[in-house]
Amino acid sequence: MKMKTDKSVLPNLDLSASDKGYFCDARPEVVEPVKGIWENFLNWARANSLWILGFGTGCGAIELRPLMTSRFDMYRFGVQPRPTPRQSGLFIIGGYASVKTLKRIVRSYEQMQGPKFVLGLGSCTVNGGMYWDSYNTINRLDHYIPVDVYIAGCMPRPEALLAGIKALKQRILDREAEGANDYARNFDWYKANQKKVITDWNMPDYNW
Amino acid sequence: MTILGQLGAAALSVFIFINYGFLLAGSMARIRARVQGRIGQPVYQPYIDILKNNARRTAVHHGVMFFLGPVFRLAGGLGTFLFIPAILNSPLFANFSFSGDLLLVMYFIFFGQLGMALGAGQSGHPYSPIGVSRGLAQMSAFELPFILSVLALAIKHNSLSITAIVQAQQGGIANWTVITNPLAVIAAIIAFLGMSMHNPFSVVIAPQEIPIGPPTEYQSGLLGMLQTNRSIFNAAKLVLYVNLFFGGASATDGVLYTLSASVLHSVPVWLGVTLGVVTMVIKTFLLYFITVFVGVSFPRFRTDQSIRFFLFVPTLIGLAGLILARL
Repeated sequence: MKMKTDKSVLPNLDLSASDKGYFCDARPEVVEPVKGIWENFLNWARANSLWILGFGTGCGAIELRPLMTSRFDMYRFGVQPRPTPRQSGLFIIGGYASVKTLKRIVRSYEQMQGPKFVLGLGSCTVNGGMYWDSYNTINRLDHYIPVDVYIAGCMPRPEALLAGIKALKQRILDREAEGANDYARNFDWYKANQKKVITDWNMPDYNW
Repeated sequence: MTILGQLGAAALSVFIFINYGFLLAGSMARIRARVQGRIGQPVYQPYIDILKNNARRTAVHHGVMFFLGPVFRLAGGLGTFLFIPAILNSPLFANFSFSGDLLLVMYFIFFGQLGMALGAGQSGHPYSPIGVSRGLAQMSAFELPFILSVLALAIKHNSLSITAIVQAQQGGIANWTVITNPLAVIAAIIAFLGMSMHNPFSVVIAPQEIPIGPPTEYQSGLLGMLQTNRSIFNAAKLVLYVNLFFGGASATDGVLYTLSASVLHSVPVWLGVTLGVVTMVIKTFLLYFITVFVGVSFPRFRTDQSIRFFLFVPTLIGLAGLILARL
């Protein structure tokens, strides 16, 4: 467990002078996975205890509710909803992300603790889908936050979502789900992309 | 027993009952799932969750008190357990019980909540103080019927020692408090529903309304600590209740009430202790099942409704139990 205590890096230019004291200006850090069999064991635990952030970002969030019911029952696979980003490890982006929502998506994603995983649900997250030329939605989600698994469709059925979660589990077990580290490594690129579309940026550069 | 031996025995009993708490939480989640027509999570899911939380690579802190909150909470849970004699007549499971342990245990039940309130307050999240104020208000309310029923026991047995109270209940079901003073037990069981924070008294940690309440900002290892406390605290409260009201569990006779005295004396010590643990597990499981049964049957009370509820019927029943103890 590594504590983020390094300060003095991010300028936080969009915060007023009085607000700056309330927020941290540390950059995200790359935390390399442990080598060897121990990390496999931890990855097994991570894959079998996925806590979904309860934040329905678009119309696709309607597909999350049936997962909790007796018909699909995601608890069987160790998946359960969690109301706060601090405690959840899986962020399901439910379809189109308007610019206004993207701002909240970025805030929530950065508040989650690593290793964290993102699942893009629906065609809108892949290439914009039917909102391809909309004036206020983004087209490719992985320009803004790292995405582990995409589920194509409009809308994908809950079964497709379960299949996506299964694919994500395999990715975690194969040590490929390192989105949090990718985000820290390419932080400036992601941040530039985010600031290009979010014009009213009145938050710190990195929200943790 | 030397102090080192006592520490070792206490560590062993904490280990056993912590695991029991995890398995209890897992199996009860599965039972709740069956009520809702689901298959439910694996029984060992609490272990995976706690492992995952402790394996998080990053953590956020908000200050010293934020760290100390879960520490106080865990200290409260461990303290509650360590002063309760888990199995009667067994030095291995006697923990650190002494003549006035009942008062100390009741203090420890409160202690963790207060420490957690301070820690959650420093997180600065607006939902944390809402959850804390709800929790403390509800706790003050259910504490009243609980204390009344404990007072009824103390008056009846003329003692504040849990060991003495369990000892007085040995020798058959007819001696259990649930038979000798049913009113006090009813009041205490209703207070227990509030203590375990299942429905209908779960508004403190309402996940969708005030995101999980006091622990909103807790993550990674700190959340793992809170989960560990949850299991040990649950086990401690259950053991306390079985000790006070349902005859406890004795290492010398265990479930062998029906056997003759000659057979009892020939039972080896290890078998007696094991039977005591098994008795305790069965009794606590059934007791916990009451809260799950009520939890899946009723919707949630608001805080003012639950306070009004606790201060009216259960308190009156507790007072009647007090009078019954003096008769």
